[in-house]
Amino acid sequence: MKRFLLSLFVGLSCVTTPVLAQNGPLRIEITDGVIEPLPFAVPNLVPATPGDVQIGADLARVISADLSGTGLFREVPSSAYISGINDFNAPVQYADWKAVNAQALVTGAVSTSGDTLTVQFRLYDVFSNAELGNGLQFTGSVQGWRRMAHKVADAVYSRITGEGGYFDSRVTFVSESGPKDQRAKRLAIMDYDGANVQYLTDSSSIVLAPRFSPSGDRVLYTSYETGAPRIYVLDVGQVQRRVLEQKEGTMSFAPRFAPNGHTVVFSLTEGGNTDIYTMEIASGEIVRRTSAPSIETAPSYSPDGSQIVFESDRSGTQQLYVMPASGGEATRISFGQGRYGTPVWSPRGDMIAFTKQSKGRFHIGVMRTDGSEERLLTASFLDEGPTWAPNGRVIMFARETQGAQGRSGLYSVDISGRNLKPIPTPDGASDPAWSPLQD
Amino acid sequence: MSILKKTLMIGAMVAISACTNAGRFGDDAYGSGGAGSGAIVPGSANDPTSTAYFNQTVGDRVLFLVDQSNLSPEAQLVLDGQAKWLMTNADYVAVIEGHADEQGTREYNLALGARRANAAREYLISRGVAPNRLKTISYGKERPIEICSEEACYAKNRRAVTVLSAGLTG
Repeated sequence: MKRFLLSLFVGLSCVTTPVLAQNGPLRIEITDGVIEPLPFAVPNLVPATPGDVQIGADLARVISADLSGTGLFREVPSSAYISGINDFNAPVQYADWKAVNAQALVTGAVSTSGDTLTVQFRLYDVFSNAELGNGLQFTGSVQGWRRMAHKVADAVYSRITGEGGYFDSRVTFVSESGPKDQRAKRLAIMDYDGANVQYLTDSSSIVLAPRFSPSGDRVLYTSYETGAPRIYVLDVGQVQRRVLEQKEGTMSFAPRFAPNGHTVVFSLTEGGNTDIYTMEIASGEIVRRTSAPSIETAPSYSPDGSQIVFESDRSGTQQLYVMPASGGEATRISFGQGRYGTPVWSPRGDMIAFTKQSKGRFHIGVMRTDGSEERLLTASFLDEGPTWAPNGRVIMFARETQGAQGRSGLYSVDISGRNLKPIPTPDGASDPAWSPLQD
Repeated sequence: MSILKKTLMIGAMVAISACTNAGRFGDDAYGSGGAGSGAIVPGSANDPTSTAYFNQTVGDRVLFLVDQSNLSPEAQLVLDGQAKWLMTNADYVAVIEGHADEQGTREYNLALGARRANAAREYLISRGVAPNRLKTISYGKERPIEICSEEACYAKNRRAVTVLSAGLTG
């Protein structure tokens, strides 16, 4: 038995298997009008040596937090366990887990060797008396242990929901401190759950709206470093930045990468008029994509790179439009009451998230790419700037509270409108941007 | 750099910081300074060639309606005064800062602030100020001066402010 399991793990390092098409009870359809969260258990991972006991407990804690944080799962507390998992390779006592109503059971083993961390896990469908998918093994660095936990949780989430995971991802955002009229802003990056915050710039000048490259290795943002807003590209690993070319006497902002990773779409303001342009990062070549006396801004590519959604007040108020990536005629897609801004195309390509202002309130909403099936997910004094989780099922955004003591923080919400919750950050925070899943 | 020019610049800096204080602690700045009545202290608010005079007496800012960049008759009156002053005091250049209130999305407010700054600039040019003396910048909703979440504050934040600096050569 032991030999069989070991052979399964060979060659599976850092690879997730495709989801099994199992139609047992262990299945969550995210689109359902759910839901009673699915109870699961994650006993502490079995340590290879006594020195690995702590990390085994820490890994289980993060796996559990990832799953519970979706609102789709509920942890069975370890105090309820009838038996523990002391041997990763021993047969699971299904009856003990049925008795505590743990429908899913995640078991794991952990070992460390120098700076290398190895994590194995298995997922069991308790009420079917069966393993769901094969065991997987991940290796990484000891300092990067949280990523190992996120990878396990992603695999579990993916197998049970049939959706891609999103836990092994990062968020770049603007960290804010100080009162409203003297607010200091600096770029920061953190894990999706708020852990491992790192600052990428100081707060000596205003920085706005960081956006990840398709591979997550670079971030575009807007900074007032030279006095006027200009676009910078920052290498996340090296924390090195450079300013992009800019026409003299103009202002540029609202950049986003094209899916090809070498074109940037952005807004450029000249003589008080704001239009949409693209730039090749390598050559600095700029091409104008809209020409109207109105404000055209907040552009975002479709995932196939063929179209751009943006906001314009050409009709008299802010509304959403879609045009070919090369420019040309734009089609208005928002028609509801109120003003629409900051459209962002879902990574799945099926929806567009936006900010809506109506009757003095702000909302985060989603609609189909043709503007149909508009759905508002939130409402508050000021909600703004949605960004998609890599699987297109969760949205993060910034919420600012009202009044002189107003403070901005990050929140996430399912595209169903469920599971609205704050994301912990050390200071105030705004302008979140979610990375793709990490390699 | 000539000594005169240095003095001018320092004077302007002092005036700007004095103005900042005046805005925030108005009574302190004016209340006890009555000793030199009538005398013109260079760089002070009663020196008509000073930045302080421009900011306080001419008026350095114009306000806008929600989501608008049209200049009201009141705003045009202020800008007429600014144009006149700038024509008289040819050593100064200006950056016109456009701002929006917090009730809007970040990118749109940046673009809206740029529209407002540009509206003020175009008006000053139409009144005879040389275009190369006037630059614009937008801060969107990033730099409110009033922090309450009510129209009383929003109205003051929707502004275009003409910020002077000395140093135009030739």
